[in-house]
Amino acid sequence: MAELTYRQAIAAALAQEMARDERVVLLGEDVASGGVFKTTTGLRERFGPDRVWNTPISEQAIAGAAMGAAMAGLRPVAEIMFSDFYATCWDQVANEIPKVRYMTGGQLSMPLVLRGANGSGGLGFGSQHGQSVENWAMCVPGIKIASPATPAEAFGLLAAAIRDNDPVIVFEHKALYSRKEQCPDDEHVIPLGRAAVVRPGRDCTLVALSITVGICLAAADELATHGIEAEVIDLRTLVPLDAAAVLASVARTSRLVVVEENPGQLGWGASIAAIAAQEAFYDLTAPVIRISGGNVPLPVAASLEAEVDVSVPRVVAGVRALLGQLRQSTG
Amino acid sequence: MAVDSGAAGPQRLEGTGGELIQLLTPEGERVEHPDYPLDISTEEIKALFRDLVLVRRIDTEAIALQRQGELGIWASLLGQEAAQVGSGRALGPKDMAFPTYREHGVAWCRGLDPAKLLELFRGVSHGGWDPNEHNFHLYTIVIGSQTLHATGYAMGIQRDGAVGEDGEAVIVYFGDGATSQGDVNESFIWASVFNAPVVFFCQNNQWAISEPLERQSRIPLYQRARGFGFPGLRVDGNDVLACLAVTRKAMQAAREGQGPTLIEAFTYRMGAHTTTDDPTRYRLAAELESWKLKDPLERVRAYLVRTGAADADFFAAVDAEAGELGTRVRKSCLTMPDPQPLTIFENVYSEPNAQVAYERDRFAAYLDSFDSEEVGA
Repeated sequence: MAELTYRQAIAAALAQEMARDERVVLLGEDVASGGVFKTTTGLRERFGPDRVWNTPISEQAIAGAAMGAAMAGLRPVAEIMFSDFYATCWDQVANEIPKVRYMTGGQLSMPLVLRGANGSGGLGFGSQHGQSVENWAMCVPGIKIASPATPAEAFGLLAAAIRDNDPVIVFEHKALYSRKEQCPDDEHVIPLGRAAVVRPGRDCTLVALSITVGICLAAADELATHGIEAEVIDLRTLVPLDAAAVLASVARTSRLVVVEENPGQLGWGASIAAIAAQEAFYDLTAPVIRISGGNVPLPVAASLEAEVDVSVPRVVAGVRALLGQLRQSTG
Repeated sequence: MAVDSGAAGPQRLEGTGGELIQLLTPEGERVEHPDYPLDISTEEIKALFRDLVLVRRIDTEAIALQRQGELGIWASLLGQEAAQVGSGRALGPKDMAFPTYREHGVAWCRGLDPAKLLELFRGVSHGGWDPNEHNFHLYTIVIGSQTLHATGYAMGIQRDGAVGEDGEAVIVYFGDGATSQGDVNESFIWASVFNAPVVFFCQNNQWAISEPLERQSRIPLYQRARGFGFPGLRVDGNDVLACLAVTRKAMQAAREGQGPTLIEAFTYRMGAHTTTDDPTRYRLAAELESWKLKDPLERVRAYLVRTGAADADFFAAVDAEAGELGTRVRKSCLTMPDPQPLTIFENVYSEPNAQVAYERDRFAAYLDSFDSEEVGA
């Protein structure tokens, strides 16, 4: 076991996969010099300019050329520096890449990874660099979505994404980059589409992703002091979605709270809630609650951002209200 | 025009003098160009003429099928046959082509069954051919996106070291309208700085639906290449021989590691943008009439007749072949089966996906319910 930060885990996963398969290439802005978030440190030195391509500032070209390179037989990993910038290359990401397999009737695969820094986490990146945008991608069938919550997950999910034969977007949470954890030394791959129960509990299911996993674990600790045992599920990937893990947990706890960092309107939590309403209605003893980021552009001022972001107190209050310990609700 | 200042592409600047490269005049007279000597036999010219006629016939047939309600839409290549056949016949089997939705002539040259094109426009598939089998990607309908795919593909070739005299290169087709897209400009930048083995083949047919060229660019399109640092040239897009010669040379340069070239094939969209469009609403009939005098087929016919290279029997045989092709295309269109309903759910992902499987199973049960009703009735 080695202790790695989340950002080191990304670099380690890239190195593991590039060493394993010479068709894996890395491209993006500043990746050759280690990347602005230092997630590609040492890769250019180790694998050379044929494998690590520094590019001009053209996200559309990064995504589009990655698709072309994949058609030519490579397995490109393209960095989009901030996931907010998917908006600058959305044609390639939404119209082109995820449609190749379908439109060719399965005759072409599109084994590529788009990855980069996502999310708020109270870092003050503001409206255009701090969004959590998994939802954007979740509206487009054909893309797989991974959103790791820990260094070990970042390692294992990115490795799985690179080995996958479909396009995968890996949303790395920029507020987690400095988080440290023991990671396995051996080849490490976490299959896409398998959620993890990261804390068992009998009273309530908290469904979380990426940074909200840590928030929910902290909230569960606090809830325990109030006599509430919350089960925390880390979804890890939104597509494929491990709905079965959520439904199994709800069958045990009979209460469901979905905690997502992005604005609530049409957030991925709405999909989870809808699935529970359809599939677990008779297991539920209370309404499904969603706790999400505010439906406003993300403010830049720390004091305001803290109000918009999901927080431990908001999760605790939401769960306690659900269980009848508090009268107020939250949204 | 201030286009000759600043840092130019490394070495190759041929064709930037502003002239229209031509090897066969509209009257069918063979002319020579010092930069583009073309060693071509009479038989080869006759084969190109056959291509032009057959491709036009596919187009005519498809327009008729659309008018009869058998195709949802059709994007006619009328007037652009020479640009497509000339460039298409310049490609080697290993070269890769990325088309727009109008490249029926290139598709023909890549050996694609025209029925496959009709599948798309009839709306029974998205094309359905294997891009790797013909080295011809699916039609890209979003304007300009394919220029980036081509550039990335070319970078892949380059990375695999498939360069040299026997190497591979990529050609990407787009229209004058696409040159206003960010994708196209980004692909120029990338191809330039990565020295990617890609040829940008722009068919300037003068109209982006209703927008004339002069409202899209203040300089001739081929001159834009200079600003990106690679050669650009303008060829008579209605001259199949010139299109063949310039494309051959540009592809060979790309294969040999000399980087990209922009070819502006100066041509004219003699028909509508698509069958949903009526160009008489925005352009003058006289313009069309003037371009009819530059018809890409007629000049080859004139050449073959005047030089005695082909006789009446040859032309009759080509016409008969075109008639047979038209019949075959028509028949294949009318007998195309609708896809099976459950194919909706195929190839969304490379492996089974629970969400997709859930929907497929429910849809299958719904479809089965009709059978049970029939059995019960």
